[in-house]
Formats: sequence, structure tokens, C-alpha cells
Amino acid sequence: MKTLSRWLLKESIIIPLISVFVGLLIGAIIMLFGGYNPVEAYQALFKKAFGNIYGIGETIRTITPLIFTGLAVAFAFRTGLFNIGAEGQFIMGSLAAAYVGIMLDLPAIIHMPLAVIVGGVVGGLWGGIAGYLKASRGVHEVITTIMLNWIALYLSNYLIREYLIEKGQQKSVTLAESSWLSFAFLTDMFNNARIHFGILIALLCAVVFYVILQKMKQGYELRSVGLNPHAAEYAGINVKGNIVKAMVVSGMFAGLGGAVEVLGVTHNVIILPAFQGYGFDGIAVALLGGNTAFGSIVGAFLFGFLSFGATGMKLGAGVPFEIINIVIALVIYFVASRLIFKRLLNALNVNKQEEQ
Amino acid sequence: MKKSFMFKGLILTLVFSLALVGCAQDSEPGEESLENEIKVGMVTDVGGVHDNSFNQSAWEGLQRLEEAGAKVDYIESQGESDFEPNLNEFVNDGWDLTWGIGFLMGDAIAAIAEQNPDSNFGIIDAVVDAPNVVSTVFKEHEGSFLVGVVAAMTTETNKIGFVGGMDIPVIKKFETGFVEGVKAVDPAIEVVIEYTGSFVDAGLGKASAATMYDNGVDVIFHAAGGVGDGVFGEASERSGVWVIGVDKDQSITFGHEVTLTSMMKYVDEAVYQVSKDFGEGNFEGGVRELGLAENGVGLPAENPNLSDEIMDAVNDYKEKIINGEIVVPSGI
Repeated sequence: MKTLSRWLLKESIIIPLISVFVGLLIGAIIMLFGGYNPVEAYQALFKKAFGNIYGIGETIRTITPLIFTGLAVAFAFRTGLFNIGAEGQFIMGSLAAAYVGIMLDLPAIIHMPLAVIVGGVVGGLWGGIAGYLKASRGVHEVITTIMLNWIALYLSNYLIREYLIEKGQQKSVTLAESSWLSFAFLTDMFNNARIHFGILIALLCAVVFYVILQKMKQGYELRSVGLNPHAAEYAGINVKGNIVKAMVVSGMFAGLGGAVEVLGVTHNVIILPAFQGYGFDGIAVALLGGNTAFGSIVGAFLFGFLSFGATGMKLGAGVPFEIINIVIALVIYFVASRLIFKRLLNALNVNKQEEQ
Repeated sequence: MKKSFMFKGLILTLVFSLALVGCAQDSEPGEESLENEIKVGMVTDVGGVHDNSFNQSAWEGLQRLEEAGAKVDYIESQGESDFEPNLNEFVNDGWDLTWGIGFLMGDAIAAIAEQNPDSNFGIIDAVVDAPNVVSTVFKEHEGSFLVGVVAAMTTETNKIGFVGGMDIPVIKKFETGFVEGVKAVDPAIEVVIEYTGSFVDAGLGKASAATMYDNGVDVIFHAAGGVGDGVFGEASERSGVWVIGVDKDQSITFGHEVTLTSMMKYVDEAVYQVSKDFGEGNFEGGVRELGLAENGVGLPAENPNLSDEIMDAVNDYKEKIINGEIVVPSGI
């Protein structure tokens, strides 16, 4: 009993839990003041996300890209880098996968894996540019990745318009079916929800994340550089090389995300009028998940389920979408300001000890 | 020490939530009196229902329908991948008619309409070939022809500009009709055409407008959604230049000092008409094209900036287009 409560009280678990709870609670208070029924609203939220097989499928579809971008941001963060460029790496991954899917004519057994891999590699290279600039020229990765986001957006739009466009539309032609990650039997099983096998790749990536960082010598080096580059260098670790490697792996995760989204859901790439926000949401996901592999999955789950279920609140209880954005923002806010809860917990513990 | 910190946190949180409550809107009045018992839903594209453009206009059409006794509601899409689940939200909930607003929703409507052959759909600005879909498109070229006439009769520099959003068929129709209208008055007038590639980035509109005005253009017609806000912004910083608005009467937002007139697209009327016909049992899948004759496009009712001479010419051309004397090419 004591060990269980101690495990539950472990900071890394209880603080996100409290944050989510407080976020939902304050969201409910806001709804009450706005004249909405929060119980009805949250019921509608759950019903939309998990109420039927279609909802479950679409929720998983929403979560999938967030796992990838969450992992990308988390991986970079663990190595001391702030990768704001997951958005751009995601776009380049989608573009590359779409190119392979449209231009090549191969049997499915080769075509689909090739499209996924090319998407990941291109995303990795895109992230590697920022890593190289940081390592060789000392340019801060926040600056370069933000700029590379815009370059990716407009480069992608240009290339789609020039080479992949479907006439009279704002999107590319449809990818060859042999490259798709979605299969009719799966969509049928989920009542036409656009669930696809990208989720398995996402989970696999989380395992890769864990193994690289926690089980390999390389990961030890990466983490050391993240914790203290000067100490790492003093210990004989090649800091510059590790920065590039970290950005490549991080970009690869985001690029894979872009690739599976195209191969699994849209089956084409569109000329983007603005960023889609997968990469930026990834920052929030990584933050929610404490920059760990498992945490990113949980964070993506929470983020995806809240944002997908939110539309259910609109019809079910008349609550506007903005409310759920407030709830998400509050959750992130409370996770970020974990110090509040940490002190609160400490205060409680002190009181208990005094009683004893 | 610790306690005071906690209290501060608590107070901060309360202040924070109260501030937010202040912003919360009143809930909509409850639905009542479902005489003909139809339920009509609409899914906006990413612009949202208060976009000052076609999404808002469509919602106004549905609100009129609500007054007539129907139940209406909307869902705003946050991204392209939301289109399908949002449409399904209405379909699975048993709504009678579901609207997809905007050209970009064409694929989603096509997919959902095929999966749900027993449900009915409407789409604005795109053509979906399915028996259970009404594709509502407008003859934007006809309305644009008329504002082209206005522009040609107003310009003093004999240079007119056109700022488009994305280079898609529906915007091409605006451009073609506009140029035709200008040329009908005076073929010597030069029309400068620029596409910004966006419907949201007002900065691009401002830059395009600045370049055009600097080069002697004195009237710009924009068909670029939110990008047009930048065109208006640039015009209001100068004098002696005009903007022709689009979709709605934009003089309401930007004032008569810069807004010459607007090329109205009565999306509200279209949504209302089609939904009403549906309620009366006259639903027919297929294409519905609304031009000048059907009051789908045109100039606003009040045009204080236009002289009688210009209005006469406009009405003259309007009649000729309606009775077929002039056929305006659509360019697509």
C-alpha cells in the first residue's frame, strides 16, 4: 500500500495528473459561468472520442502525427536542443513521401516502406541542416529551425505547384495506392474512420527513442551533451557531432510523422495556406510528456483526444471549440508551472511529517 | 512563506478564470417550434464562422432558416483533416441536410456522401458529382463584370489592379469577369493582375496593393478573403485610391472612404434557398448555378460612391447579361 501510494505520488506521474484535473476543473468553471453545462459537455467530449468505433478510429488518427512530432521535440530537448522546426521537418517528410508515392510505380511491399523511409530521411536531413549550422557556426537552433519552417512551407508549396499539382486544384494528384498505409479492411472495421498503420510506426518510434537514449552508449553521449556540453566535451565526447546526430534523429521522427500522415490519411499533399500546427503541437505534447518516449505517447493521446472530442461538445452541449482550447492551454500551463504543485506537495508532506 | 505562495497561486488562478469568464459569450437562445422539423447543419472551413466572408454569410443564411422554424447548427474546422469527422458528426447524429462551406471541402463531401448515400449534402463553390449532393456555384464572372464596369468608369489613371487569393478556378472566374467588364467600357485600360497565394495573410495583400498603387493604379478589386484586409489597409493610408470589396458589402467594415463598391456573393441566399427547398421536399442533387438573374451575385443595394451615370451603365449591362445579350466568359 505504501509503495503504491509512493509510486502514485511520484512527481513525474502525479503532477501531470493534477494538471489535467485542474485544467478540466477550471474549464468546467468557465463553462458554468458561460451558461453551459460542463457535465454534459465532458460527456459529449468522451462520447465523440470513444463513444463508437468510428470515434475511436478517428481519435487514433488524430493522435498519430502528434506522437511523431512529440517524440521529435522531446528527443532534441533531451540532448539540449530546442527543435521548433518539427513543423518544417514534418512538411518535408510529407512532401518526400508524396513524391515517392506519386512518381514511382512499385509493388506495395516495396513502395510503401520506401515512401515511409524516404519521408523519414528527408525530415532527418532537414533537421540536420539546423544541427550542422549549430555545430559548425554556432547559430542557435531556435532561429534556424523557425526559418527552416518557412523555407519548408514555401518550398513544398512551390514544388507541389510545379511538379505534383492536380489541374485546377490546390493539391497534388493522388498517391499510387501501392504506397498507402491505410487499408480498406481496417477502415471498414472502423466504420470508415481514417485509421491507418502509421500508429504502429509511431509506437515503434517511441521504442527506438527509448532504446537510443537509455540503452545505447550513443544515447548516453547525447544525454550528456544535453545536460552539460562543457562537461561532456571535457569527458572526451564529440559535442558537435552529437548535436548534428541529435537533430537528424529528431527531424527523422517529425519527417516520419509527415510521411505517415500523407500515406495514411490524406493520400495527397495540399498547397498549404498556413502551417498545420503538428510541429508546434508537438512542443506541447513533449512538454506534457516530460520529454520521455512514453510520456510523449500519453501527451499525444491527451492532446489528440481533447482536440478531436471538442467538436462533440459543440453539437452535444453547445460549447464552442474555444473552450477546449482554453482547457488544453490550462493543462499545459499547469504542467509548465509544475513548481506550484511541487511546493504544494512538499507542504503537504511537511505537514504529515509534523503530525507523525 | 510556502503558504503565501500557495495563496498567490490560488488568487492568480481565480483572477485568471474570472477574466476568461468575462469574455465568455452568452449561449444561443434555445431552439423551439420545429414546424417542418428539418435539421440543417454546416461545417465551415478553417476560416471559421466569423470570417467576414463566405462562412459567415452561409451561417447568416442558416439563421434565417432558423427563424423559419428549422434547427440549425455549425461546426468550425480547425484543419483540413477535420472536414470528414465534422461532416460525419451531423450525419451520424441524424441531421437532414449537411452543408460543406467552401471549395476546399469538395473531397471531404464527396467521400462522406458516397459513404452515406441516404444522407443529403450541400456544398458551396465546388462541384461534387453525387445524387445526394447539391453543388451550389456562383457566376462570379457576371458580378465581377459589373464591378469591372464600375472600376473602368471610375479610374483616372487608366490603370486598374486585381488582387487574387489562391490561383484556383473560382478566383479565376472573378478575374476573367472583371477584366471583361473593364474592357467592355474601354479596351485601352490596363489591368494589373496579381495572385498572392493565400486567403489569410493580410500582409501579402498590403504589399501587393502598395506596389500597384505606387505604379499608378487607382482602383483595386480584390478576391482574396482575409488578404483583402491588407489591400484595404494600404488604401486607407493613401488618398485618391479605391478598393472594390468582395463577397459581402465591405464598406460596412472598411468605410465608404476607400470602398468604392463590393462584388456581393449572396452565399446566405443560396444556402437559405437550397435548404428551404429541401424542407419543402424539393431536394434534387446536382449543380445549382446562381448568377445575376438568380440574385446570386451583384452590387450592394446602397452605393453612395457611384454616380447616377455609373449606376445607369451598371444596370444597363446587368439587363443585357440577364437577357443573354452579353455572355460573360468564366475563364475556366
